Amino acid sequence: MVHHANASHIGTCLSMADLLAVLYGATLRVRPDQPDWPERDRFILSKGHGAAILYAALAERGFFPTEWLARYCDDGAPLAGHVTHHGVPGVEHSTGSLGHGLPVGCGMALAAKADGADHRIVVLLSDGELDEGSNWEAILFAPHHRLDNLIAIVDYNKIQSFGSVARVLPLEPLAAKWRAFGWAVREIDGHDHTQIAAALREAPSEAGRPTVIIAHTIKGKGVSFMEGELAWHYRSPNDEQLAAALAEVERPL
Amino acid sequence: MRTAFIETLCDVAQQDERVWLLCGDLGYSVLERFAERFPERFINMGVAEQNMMGVAAGLARGGKIVFTYSIANFPVMRCLEQIRNDIGYHAANVKIVAVGGGMAYGTAGYTHHGVEDLAVMRVMPNMTVIAPGDPVETRLATRAVAAHNGPCYLRLGKGGEPVVHTTPPEFAIGRALILRAGADVALLSTGAILPMALAASDILADTGVGAAVVSVPTLRPLDRAAIIRAAVPARLVVTVEEHLTWGGLGSAVAEVLSEESVGVRLLRLGLTAAPDTVGAQAYLRRQSGLDATGIAEAVRAALA
Repeated sequence: MVHHANASHIGTCLSMADLLAVLYGATLRVRPDQPDWPERDRFILSKGHGAAILYAALAERGFFPTEWLARYCDDGAPLAGHVTHHGVPGVEHSTGSLGHGLPVGCGMALAAKADGADHRIVVLLSDGELDEGSNWEAILFAPHHRLDNLIAIVDYNKIQSFGSVARVLPLEPLAAKWRAFGWAVREIDGHDHTQIAAALREAPSEAGRPTVIIAHTIKGKGVSFMEGELAWHYRSPNDEQLAAALAEVERPL
Repeated sequence: MRTAFIETLCDVAQQDERVWLLCGDLGYSVLERFAERFPERFINMGVAEQNMMGVAAGLARGGKIVFTYSIANFPVMRCLEQIRNDIGYHAANVKIVAVGGGMAYGTAGYTHHGVEDLAVMRVMPNMTVIAPGDPVETRLATRAVAAHNGPCYLRLGKGGEPVVHTTPPEFAIGRALILRAGADVALLSTGAILPMALAASDILADTGVGAAVVSVPTLRPLDRAAIIRAAVPARLVVTVEEHLTWGGLGSAVAEVLSEESVGVRLLRLGLTAAPDTVGAQAYLRRQSGLDATGIAEAVRAALA
């Protein structure tokens, strides 16, 4: 998709591919043939620049034909370069500017609580996105309103748009920050499907507390020459690089 | 206007349990009556407007009719991108209410003056923009936005605005209200400055100038037909707003008149800069030529 569209953000897609695989493969309660099913779990990809991997997961899950993926970012095609709900079944909320998903997720969680509904709201954020103050407004808000039906996942790949998180605006101690704000905190290997599934299954681990899953990940995971490389936040693989990357990703474990 | 708003909202909330009210830690002595009657549907969000708008969008997506309340710029500017993306683009059923539109918080200073809000909100996706002219229009507008499925901006004055409509007008979203006929001039007013437009019309009448007065509570969608009807017979069209002269009513009317080739002169009255002095609303209006005398003089000068 990214190669076809000459698009950016392949690194960010690969860092959360395992998270999305577990979410759409196992965890989320959704009905692909009824995208607006009222009892569905709500998933918001707040890091909207990772649109390609969300679209891939939705297509694999059956929300729309996988053929759409081949037309990613094409003129007149349904799939835009940042997460867009318009005309795309299964997309809960359009994102692209950072710091929007968690407040919206809080509102959805409040509505569910008010209605006595048991669906959950999952919001996936990037680490760089936590620079946005709006997130911290929401992080203050959710525990105060006992939104234990809300799960935030941080795709903590340690690289943001123009440098490493540690150099641009360090987040550490990240788990302690969330805990101090009143969240139940889990730290996992964001590429280990068993750990991901368990963390999602076990939320909420504390009644009345929203859960944050800090998923330690590797940007560009699975492709040796992309792993941990800032450049792959922007670059689009050429034919050769695509072949090499696919060979690595598709290698039997 | 605040009282008219909250009383009406309580009535609406009594009839429709989907109605919620969020505030940005403002509303002392106004919102308590809602908070006490409907505590499970009232949230003081704290001083956190971005989160307030995001939460409002999320609640609306969960089937609620969500009113957000704060003063002047706070529910507009600080959280503008949440309004654009999360509310507007998703056509979320959120009603953004700003009290203290214009210079109602006069002595509080420019940070508390809402004088660019109409321009900004008029370009937000799917947004209906309403600035009622008096407490009667406020009551009707509050009911109308609650019944309208989609994002709305409701710009109110503060407290103590005089009642203009002695009988309830035929209020509807997108409809201008003809208050007074007049052969020479068409005065078009939006928001709480309406009484000044009427008083200016009185002054002009004393000197033999007939000035029609039209209240334009809805800036978007604009009542183009009513504006054209008022403009065609007039020698001069005048817009009156407690807002910058660009981006709000003056600009909206200019667009209509030029697009429809109505060959009539347009005088846009409003603000052209932040006030360079301190004072209460009445004083600041006077300094800006937005009191009755100032409006009448500007009209006479334009006709001369």
